[in-house]
Amino acid sequence: MTTTAVDSAATIERRPGGWRVVAAKEMADHLLSGRFVVLMGVLGIATAAAVFAASGGIRDVAPNAQGITALFLKLFTVTTDPVPFPLIVFVGFLAPLLGIMFGFDAVSGERSQGTLPRLLSQPIHRDEVILGKFVAGLGVVAIMLTSLVVFVSGIGIFRLGVVPSPTEISRLAVWLVFAIIYVGFWQALATVGSVLARRASTSAMIPIGVWLVLTLFGSFIFGAVAGVISPRDGSQAAEFAYLRTTQTVSQLSPVTLFQQGSTVLLDPEVRTIGLVTVEQVDRAIVSELDLTQSLLVIWPQMAILVAMSAVMFAAAYVAFMRDEVRA
Amino acid sequence: MSTTIRGQAPTKVYGEHTVVDRLDLDISGGEVFGLLGPNGAGKTTTILMLLGLVEPSRGSIEVLGLDPRRHPLEVKRRVGYLPDAVGFYDPMTGRENLRFTARLNGLDDFEGHIESLLETVGLANAADQPAGEYSRGMKQRLGVADALVKGPSVLILDEPTTAIDPEGVAEMLHLIRRLAKEDGVTVLLASHLLHQVQTVCDRVAIFVRGKIVAQGQPHELAAVEKGGRITVEFRMAGDPADGRRHLESVGTVSDVAAGQIPGSWVAALDADSLAPTVNGLVSRGVGVIGVHRIDEDLESIYRRYFETHEEVPA
Repeated sequence: MTTTAVDSAATIERRPGGWRVVAAKEMADHLLSGRFVVLMGVLGIATAAAVFAASGGIRDVAPNAQGITALFLKLFTVTTDPVPFPLIVFVGFLAPLLGIMFGFDAVSGERSQGTLPRLLSQPIHRDEVILGKFVAGLGVVAIMLTSLVVFVSGIGIFRLGVVPSPTEISRLAVWLVFAIIYVGFWQALATVGSVLARRASTSAMIPIGVWLVLTLFGSFIFGAVAGVISPRDGSQAAEFAYLRTTQTVSQLSPVTLFQQGSTVLLDPEVRTIGLVTVEQVDRAIVSELDLTQSLLVIWPQMAILVAMSAVMFAAAYVAFMRDEVRA
Repeated sequence: MSTTIRGQAPTKVYGEHTVVDRLDLDISGGEVFGLLGPNGAGKTTTILMLLGLVEPSRGSIEVLGLDPRRHPLEVKRRVGYLPDAVGFYDPMTGRENLRFTARLNGLDDFEGHIESLLETVGLANAADQPAGEYSRGMKQRLGVADALVKGPSVLILDEPTTAIDPEGVAEMLHLIRRLAKEDGVTVLLASHLLHQVQTVCDRVAIFVRGKIVAQGQPHELAAVEKGGRITVEFRMAGDPADGRRHLESVGTVSDVAAGQIPGSWVAALDADSLAPTVNGLVSRGVGVIGVHRIDEDLESIYRRYFETHEEVPA
């Protein structure tokens, strides 16, 4: 018995991690799946529309674009009629869906296919299953978002002749990482749902519900909660306090955090996301922040979002580890 | 032979419900052991405890000398498992599913091994079809191949034959025996299908409501149940009524009744007294043309236990 244990210890060290085997298989599954094609299509159409609108806007301002240095990033942040949102808003809206689609059946799908007992009876640690699945989903999302950014940049360079500066490239890179972490939050939330719910259809409802509530009704809810905490009585001071509270409350939502982070990262002219009084901006010189300055403005939001994603992944992990296989 | 699976009164309680109740198991290497019980008897829970996927509420388990809770990977590396209602990744082919299992087991250079397993279970032709197109029976065959990918020393099969056609069942049972006899694999076969368990298993435990109610070799189990008495069918030349009279006059038999073959008589007697009885008949000048021992099969025992337990509400 002792010798066996020693032999096997040696074998374990030589083996590649089981999570990599799981991740490789999951990633292949995702890339060949119908949902990948559909999501890529939706994202592609949204991107094309947004870029079309943005390039129209840029053409309009380009002739007198004397002071505008970060013109390239405008591809992501401006829009014109008839497209209602700039690209970053589209991504902010659709990114949770990516995470949900690659996470909602992570465990419930194994259950409904009857593959979970077989998978768990293989010599890999249980956490390697959840880690492999998470890494694979996020990997596919990273591929999608990166290709989206490259696609937009390509259009910018060839159609408009706008070339990104090194700063703009680094801003985009930071934003991309930020967006992937944001998707990670939703994917982890969806994974929690897939552990808790017995069926894939039920497990999808949990994250989709949260997503809809936060995106569609978020501002009402934050306003209502803030109204309870600091009631408005018509005075200017109370109104100011109310607005501050609303902002604080809204920052409990990852949707708000990502939106604020995106704005600051992709628009160098944004110097604050807090409330600003007229006095404060009076005679402020219009200029651009460099990336480190922007990061200083946004680091609390980024830190909170990273923490939220990490906590959500931990929740998925714990839920799966505690989930007992039953006959 | 050495003990491969040992259960020392493992018990599993879910809430108020005791699913497995102080199960004592002792399965030797190379043995085919049948866990026979109706659905819901706790067979699957027992198996999950052996694999370390479910923790016993009390008691302990040893598989290959290891505690599955403390050394799960070591146990899982050497135990092949075919779950009840086994499933596969539908978009992947049968072969790809097996490859995935091989990789999870850290095997290298497994293509030849997989090919021969697919041939063994009769799926060589369907190997490159998506598993989603397989019938239930094909999935079960693939499940057996899947359990064998790691080259296990212990094979645990949970209802391996439920969806397989009769011919396939015979092949499957033959394969199980071959694995045990030629490769020394210890097999634990959980099933509610008596005849299969009876045909293939060296020893059987009848498992009802989380408890083992009887355990032993199939024929020995049958004999014990009847208090050491056996049932024998006698065929004798001449008038059947004379035959019966002679049989009863020998004095060692009881419960004489007409047998299935016209003119034959079935009687109960002590196992030891079979030879004296035949001698007695011959010495009386009776033309004995057939003596056939009818062992009570497990079915009646099984049914008896099952019914007894049904009468007692939980």
